Amino acid sequence: MPNTNRRNLLAMFGLVGDDPPARDSKEQRKWLDTSPRERIRQRYFPNIELTTHEGRRVLFYDDLIKDKLVVINFMYADCEGVCPTIMLNLARVQKELGQRVGRDIFIYSLTLRPEKDTPKVLNDYAKMHGVKPGWLLLTGKPDDIETIRRRLGFVDPDPKLDRDRSNHIGNLRYGNEPLTRWGTCPGMADADFIVKSILWLDWPEEERSKKGGQK
Amino acid sequence: MAYISKRDRKREKDRKIAARNRREIIAARLTRRDLMKAGLLTGAGYLILKKGLSARASTPRDDPQSPPTTPFVEPLPIPPIAQPVSSLNPVPMVNPNTAAGEGRTRPHQALNLFPPQKLYLVTQQEVLKSVHPELPLQRLWSFNGQVPGPTYHARYGEPVLVRNVNGLPLDNGGFGLPSVSTHLHNGHTPSESDGFPCDFFERGQFYDQHYPNVLAGFASTHPPNGDIRESMSTLWYHDHRVDHTAENVYKGLAGFYLLFNDFDTGDETTGFRLPSGEFDVPMIFTDRVFDEGTGQLFFDLGNLDGILGDKFLVNGRIQPFFEVKRRRYRFRWLDGGPSRFYQFHLTKASNPSQVNQFWQISNDGNLLPSPKLVNNIRISVAERADAIIDFSQFAAGTVVYLENRLEQDDGRGPTGDVLPAGQGDKVLKFIVTGDPVVDNSAAPTATTQYYQLPGTADAPRITRTFKFERGNGQWQINGKFFNCDDVRFRIQQNSVEKWILQNSSGGWQHPIHIHFEEFQILKINGANPAGVNIARKDVMRLEHNMQVEVYFRFRDFLGRYPMHCHNTIHEDHAMMLRWDIDTTGDNKTNP
Ligand SMILES: [Cu+2]
Repeated sequence: MPNTNRRNLLAMFGLVGDDPPARDSKEQRKWLDTSPRERIRQRYFPNIELTTHEGRRVLFYDDLIKDKLVVINFMYADCEGVCPTIMLNLARVQKELGQRVGRDIFIYSLTLRPEKDTPKVLNDYAKMHGVKPGWLLLTGKPDDIETIRRRLGFVDPDPKLDRDRSNHIGNLRYGNEPLTRWGTCPGMADADFIVKSILWLDWPEEERSKKGGQK
Repeated sequence: MAYISKRDRKREKDRKIAARNRREIIAARLTRRDLMKAGLLTGAGYLILKKGLSARASTPRDDPQSPPTTPFVEPLPIPPIAQPVSSLNPVPMVNPNTAAGEGRTRPHQALNLFPPQKLYLVTQQEVLKSVHPELPLQRLWSFNGQVPGPTYHARYGEPVLVRNVNGLPLDNGGFGLPSVSTHLHNGHTPSESDGFPCDFFERGQFYDQHYPNVLAGFASTHPPNGDIRESMSTLWYHDHRVDHTAENVYKGLAGFYLLFNDFDTGDETTGFRLPSGEFDVPMIFTDRVFDEGTGQLFFDLGNLDGILGDKFLVNGRIQPFFEVKRRRYRFRWLDGGPSRFYQFHLTKASNPSQVNQFWQISNDGNLLPSPKLVNNIRISVAERADAIIDFSQFAAGTVVYLENRLEQDDGRGPTGDVLPAGQGDKVLKFIVTGDPVVDNSAAPTATTQYYQLPGTADAPRITRTFKFERGNGQWQINGKFFNCDDVRFRIQQNSVEKWILQNSSGGWQHPIHIHFEEFQILKINGANPAGVNIARKDVMRLEHNMQVEVYFRFRDFLGRYPMHCHNTIHEDHAMMLRWDIDTTGDNKTNP
């Protein structure tokens, strides 16, 4: 742990005085010159290969996140807990966002049971929930899905609860990738409020019209 | 929340401690001999469990650790006092000045009743600030270039109007939404000036906030000037943008607002004779993380539970020192969040196990009926406590640390354990100087009287129950989520209500804040409150499996206000509800 230098650590056990006169860390330290956007990509969006419910292979960052306003949740096809409510909610969200979904706004539902949820299973599930273009259901290698889940923080701090899939995190993460604006809301919140929350991260009016992205 | 046995919890904790220690020891490059000498390693090479090495445990995503910084190298900054302006252009109006770019949506209720005697103009803007000489400059968000923002010195009977201008940049530097609503925390403020989370305004807009600085009851139980027993002292202001409060406040949008009157005068030779001027020192405690690679302030966008920092800032600087004279000081302590709770002790460097008592004179910034002599003070996010410390008890040259001994490993809340003396986090170093100095402040005693408490004998019109819960990672109150437009219940103007706040979880703690009116605690887990809990409060610390009954009088103004968890991560994730005051009220008991 870099914040505990040798001297401080020893100090905690009373081996040296409490006042560290040494300013060794002040020696010209070189800070990385990496943009916040790039740091966010590195931390949260591994460029992992996934498969859509239509059987298309896509890269998580390059194809799904980059330059877009996105909404992400986790689910699985035979989930009887919170998933149906959340999927129903997302269908309403898609409807309210209209033509923009598939153009500059995208919805992604990642399966927590990639071993069972093949593209075919997800495709059936998508049909059941009235999923329209711009909303993708995604599967992949179990380890890869697990990596994404952890990176995005869809994790319960209690390991026992975290292993229980019926208790899986029901939140939505949404964000405007180029503007580095991100948010989270409960997937079971009112659909109209979810739509508002997403649009609070939208591009400013002038940029939106430049992109031809009017609703 | 599933039941976890105590043994399981203990084992999990031990595992975490061991792993953390191992990482720290590797990072600190201690030799085997160092470790043996420190008693950290057994002959067989096993690491010995030892608590208190770090302020944070790791998470599955491996939270970034801040770069090292040398503690206590810079003095404690004191935020400057806000200065009024002679006029505002355009002139403030009762109705929202939409044409000129005002973001307010509702007319002022009391602008003509309490015409502002002082006007302030404050711009929220990006600023480059140093938090420590060994870290690069930080891109923070400020009020008029200050982090924390300037301290308002306001007086009862002297209404003010603050014009807030949103001058934040489009480029947020990685987190933060440049859309704001400034809440005056604790204020008896009309709804449209309260800083309701959904009353946000955008870049280039402004918002006039009218603070009448009037005592509760002025238009109801105690006309025309209100009930003196409702006097407030230490308030603070902070951004309250719905869904984005945690990041915006993390970037710096917070400051103090102090209220004075004929008793708490701001002059230690008059009234209650509380230490004043340079001896009245506000301190906001915030914990933060800085990116190991870039040295820049880091906010975890993927955190659902609560964010802990491994750097402790006081008034915007990491672990400063403060030279004090041998006399009494009034400190106004505020937990600025986002998620950490503190328990502060005074730890003498030369003798850490010595107990150094001091006086607690307020709870949540409201003076107690009488000062209380305490060994420590515990505050959760947004709670405030005013303390009087008499440094004449220490010889010149003495070093005393303000030490947080409350163990907390993650955003769920403290573990319940208090660390041994000297093993907590030293957030501030007091250095007692030898200067001879006058002290005109009164020595607090157990029989000193401040304001008496208003009675709680009037029968409540209604009792309402609120359950604070988590389901599938989603924060909720009575099973529901926040929505700006959903009025969950309506309170009748000038009525009395009793609320029951419940936390049935053994894993999470929630500091619950209710806007507009202070409450008094009637019962905590069925028992009468004691000590500093016999007070007027605006944040209720709901600890593990706690049920609290609180008593309110809702007076004077109408409109919308929220109740929410002040662990701002929970708040931003919908652990909030809206209630309105109107003339009729409703009868919802589980809204
Ligand atoms: Cu909470």
